[in-house]
Amino acid sequence: MTAPPAVLAAPAPSDPGAALTRRRVRVGETLFRLALLSCLVVAFAFLVWIVAFAIYRGWDRLDARLWENMPTGRVSRIEGAGVQSAITGTLWVIGTTALICLPIGILAAIYLEEYANNERWYNRLLELNIQNLAGVPSIIFGILGLGVIARAMGLGFTVLTASLILALLVLPIVIIATREAIRAVPQSIRQASYALGATRWQTISRQVLPIAVPGIATGSILALSRAIGEAAPLIMLGAVTYITFNPNGLDSAYTVLPVQIFSLVIEAQAGFQRLGAAAIVLLLGLLLLMNSLAIVVRNRFQKRW
Amino acid sequence: MSLRRGRRRPGERVIEALLVVAAAVSVATTVGIVVALVEPTVEFFAEVGVVEFLTGDRWTPTLDPRSYGVLPLLTSTIISTFIAVAIAIPLGLGSAIYLAEYASGRTRKALKPLLEILAGIPTVVYGFFALFALNSVLRSIWPGTDQPDFQNILVASIVMGIMIVPTVASLSEDAMTAVPESLRAGAYALASSKMQVAVRVVLPAAVSGIVASFVLGLSRAIGETMIVTIAGGLSSDHIELNPLRAAATMTAFIANIGQGDVPVDSLDYRSIFAVGSLLFGFTFALNALSIRLVRRFREVYE
Repeated sequence: MTAPPAVLAAPAPSDPGAALTRRRVRVGETLFRLALLSCLVVAFAFLVWIVAFAIYRGWDRLDARLWENMPTGRVSRIEGAGVQSAITGTLWVIGTTALICLPIGILAAIYLEEYANNERWYNRLLELNIQNLAGVPSIIFGILGLGVIARAMGLGFTVLTASLILALLVLPIVIIATREAIRAVPQSIRQASYALGATRWQTISRQVLPIAVPGIATGSILALSRAIGEAAPLIMLGAVTYITFNPNGLDSAYTVLPVQIFSLVIEAQAGFQRLGAAAIVLLLGLLLLMNSLAIVVRNRFQKRW
Repeated sequence: MSLRRGRRRPGERVIEALLVVAAAVSVATTVGIVVALVEPTVEFFAEVGVVEFLTGDRWTPTLDPRSYGVLPLLTSTIISTFIAVAIAIPLGLGSAIYLAEYASGRTRKALKPLLEILAGIPTVVYGFFALFALNSVLRSIWPGTDQPDFQNILVASIVMGIMIVPTVASLSEDAMTAVPESLRAGAYALASSKMQVAVRVVLPAAVSGIVASFVLGLSRAIGETMIVTIAGGLSSDHIELNPLRAAATMTAFIANIGQGDVPVDSLDYRSIFAVGSLLFGFTFALNALSIRLVRRFREVYE
């Protein structure tokens, strides 16, 4: 930028724009940009490290033993053990959770978006309540399950209790995602439907919901993938035991993958920890699958208006 | 058919009632939480004085002599939250500024799902990673003789900080993206550099959303359970101010006592609920604060 002190009469540079468009190198600017970028790099480095470490630790246990065999609490049998009961337990619990929380969450979202009058205090309270519930720590839901569902309602430590608690835990996520999907449907579609004489529910069920399905599906998958990884509430609901049978009903005892992982990695012997690491890889694989599914649904099927 | 009067449609009313019931489930959940907490907590304080609970410096519900001072749990919760937030705020805010102000549309589209994956990693996995990977690195590079314990608050808090980065980043980024383009254009027209626009125009304009993301991160750190249970340790017989030692947070205590089959009518059982009430109180206050702040930035620009 150090142009020589020009003689007054000197001819102007042929292209005056060049001086304006030329990039000045500003050290501060570059450092700032690098600092910001390094924040992202640090976060992603941890992501890679976490996944790589689990694969490295669990590598020799990543075979059919993992899903064909049952867990054991005995050191002498650990090499032949697997986590089959936790895999089937996870499928039972998450399947039931989906059956409970998806209908309730979607219906609640329809009410809030299409029916509720925002001027009324009870609707505002409802909204505040959902936002607050989304931030309640999951261990508190474990306390709710222990005190109310397992003990006071007498459902005990069963698949049903676990599913109910996980359903309540992820309900706000389903509601918030569904509301966004419904809100994205343009008002003109509703007006056109009403103009043709459709009732409110006909408009919602035949026009609004079909359009909102991809958004609802994405949100639901993400909510369920949160539920799959959740351990804290379930360790209070009887899942921390070595279960050597698959659940056979809603009233069955159970364990799930994250809780099984917890019991394995806190054992002192390396054999347990390796099996735990292999189970982590399995769990991460499952979550990655669900996340990619959510992204594909979002990118392929979502309409932009 | 008359246009004057709407036909009665019982079906429509039934559906509306069904929707209201579904929406009421979330209210019932909150009521259920409060009910679940209150009764055992009241019974707990019938046996243990409130003053002893809030000022006692030993928490030993399973060891004789039994003592119910919550300060050791509270101290390690505060220390671990502080460290976690001190890591998550700079990393999360830096990532958010980069994504909102610097990254091109394509880069952002590629990076955001990666942050979502980081947010989706189960906390048991973070705990496992903290205990076996990060802690051994920490112990091998630790200068001086005061080595970190096998389980310690520091390593649990660092990993908790990484876990919270996506929370801070995504909410802050939302807040910055909501700042109208005209403010940036105005600043550029006054010959501001990119950094000046980001730091002096966009950040102040998005401040309530950014602070909300910090508060939400704080609330997540206080409530986080599995990482501190696995990697932070479970001792609570004295107030431990050194993060290199093992110490139980409130959540770690609840998870630890709650996983056994505690007899229902015991003081142990009720102590879970007493600590739970305290935890719920803290996170409730923080959530309420962050909801207020988010509402403010929505109101200003939307």
